[in-house]
Amino acid sequence: MVSRGLKRKLWNRFMLALTVVATAAALVPLASILYYVAVRGLPALNLDFFTKLPAAVGEPGGGLANAILGTIILVLLAGAMAVPVGILTGIYLAEFGRGRLAWTVRFLCDVLTGVPSIIVGIVVYSTVVLTMKRFSALAGGIALAIIMIPLVARTTEEILRLVPQSLREASLALGATRVRTVRSVVLRSAMGGIITGVMLATARIAGETAPLLFTALNSRYWPGGLTDHIASLPVYIFTYSTTPYEELHRLAWGAALILVVMVLTTSIAARLAARRLNGGR
Amino acid sequence: MVGKAGRGKIKDTLFAGISGLAALSIIFIIIVMLYELVVGAGPALARFGWDFLTGTRWDPVREQFGAWPLIYGTLVSSFVALALAVPLSLGIAIYLAELAPPWLREPVAFLVELLAAIPSVVYGLWGLFVLVPWLRTTVQPFLGNTLGFLPLFQGPPLGMGMLAAGLVLAIMILPIITSITREVLLAVPSSQREAMLALGATRWETIRMAVLPYGRSGIVGAVILGLGRALGETMAVTMVIGNRPQVSLSLFHPGQTIASVIANEFTEGFNEMHLSALLASALLLFVITLLVNILARLMVWRMNKIPQGVSRE
Repeated sequence: MVSRGLKRKLWNRFMLALTVVATAAALVPLASILYYVAVRGLPALNLDFFTKLPAAVGEPGGGLANAILGTIILVLLAGAMAVPVGILTGIYLAEFGRGRLAWTVRFLCDVLTGVPSIIVGIVVYSTVVLTMKRFSALAGGIALAIIMIPLVARTTEEILRLVPQSLREASLALGATRVRTVRSVVLRSAMGGIITGVMLATARIAGETAPLLFTALNSRYWPGGLTDHIASLPVYIFTYSTTPYEELHRLAWGAALILVVMVLTTSIAARLAARRLNGGR
Repeated sequence: MVGKAGRGKIKDTLFAGISGLAALSIIFIIIVMLYELVVGAGPALARFGWDFLTGTRWDPVREQFGAWPLIYGTLVSSFVALALAVPLSLGIAIYLAELAPPWLREPVAFLVELLAAIPSVVYGLWGLFVLVPWLRTTVQPFLGNTLGFLPLFQGPPLGMGMLAAGLVLAIMILPIITSITREVLLAVPSSQREAMLALGATRWETIRMAVLPYGRSGIVGAVILGLGRALGETMAVTMVIGNRPQVSLSLFHPGQTIASVIANEFTEGFNEMHLSALLASALLLFVITLLVNILARLMVWRMNKIPQGVSRE
């Protein structure tokens, strides 16, 4: 008969070992995804991929230059709308907001982060696309901006809250106005953190596909004006991978590699910078 | 001088006003969403009423719209994901917060969070060309042979289907459940552990009886937050679930979720009623995820004020 003490000890060992197994198991899909994206994506990359438009179905060759450019344009558009609104919202929550309104906004920010991105796409379709009567880069940018605003707002708020109260008091005691205090003292000392937050949010929206399906749509041509539909890497990955053509699958993997490199470098750089700002915490 | 001070005051008020306006935009966005979905869903809800929720046929060609197969697919794929992801996430969080050597903690936590940075469509691509073939040739024949007596694992091994969707979702929600649980565990005071260890408990007993119960509400919040993600996840699911609106007990069979049916059919809506039915399902998804997220936030907030965003490491 095994003694009770020994049984407890063995059980302890077993459960602790299981946590190690769980950790190892979680890293397997990460390794597999990165491996396949690299191995299948690399052969698809050549000069044509970065410089040419997609070939007609059935024709060999062609590239996804328009989709790379399109993704960059969409992300910049979204950023141009979401960064000011997001940062201002964060400033409101951290510096001015009191009582029920601030609580509501903070809460809805978190809720908005949890709204499925496809629903953002549908709503922008019903409002912007139907009003303009066309799919457009602008609509795509707005959809991405709606996803980005709450992310930027909440990070900005958190960062501003880390700025010591004494800095604000010192500035106000010198006779500076609230605006001046926020601009020259609070924002300045929080700038690094805010930029990091914006980078993380950018990395997040760059890979979004669902909100673009009914807003920016897709395009076989170079990006035109803001009111034209526009190509993007995520949408091309989706459409190409669901066709039966080998050649297009190859391009989809190439696009995935580019997208993953773009997203991961941005997000890793932001995280490393954040760690440095937090004093190596 | 008075004029200057006065101007300063005006500027202050103006600035506070502008930032308040930006903040109001959040409320505005949520209201517009709700309004558009309700108005769009109107015709379908008026025509089908409660049958919209319970009807089992989703047939755009015959204009029959019962959303039950979609609701069923959404719930089942999400619960498969939770069943796989929750034990794993708890294990990882416990390992990272309680057991791992200090030099290993940050790098591993970093790698787990990288999973959250990979775009959904890339999960879909990987799922379609790597996971699905593996399920078809290896996993499903094995499950069919050993556990085939269960209705869950019957039918031909197609690869694509509920099981594939659940698996991909599990990988996608793992990082969020893990990182919040880990923070909750780190916030448990060490006196809890010391007291338990001093009583002669083993490490595992300490974790099970003193640490996990202390963080229960935060952990449950993390799981619900993961559920919210899974319910609304679109691209990856659309690419591997097989897209057939049917109710079937077997996880080997193809299915359809609310999000995937929208992604598939919205741009090629056959008619007004079809579009309205899609908007009605979107409304349903919106309300469900809203409730789930509110519940989760309240639980995590109650546990402790966990900083969001960058400061969260």
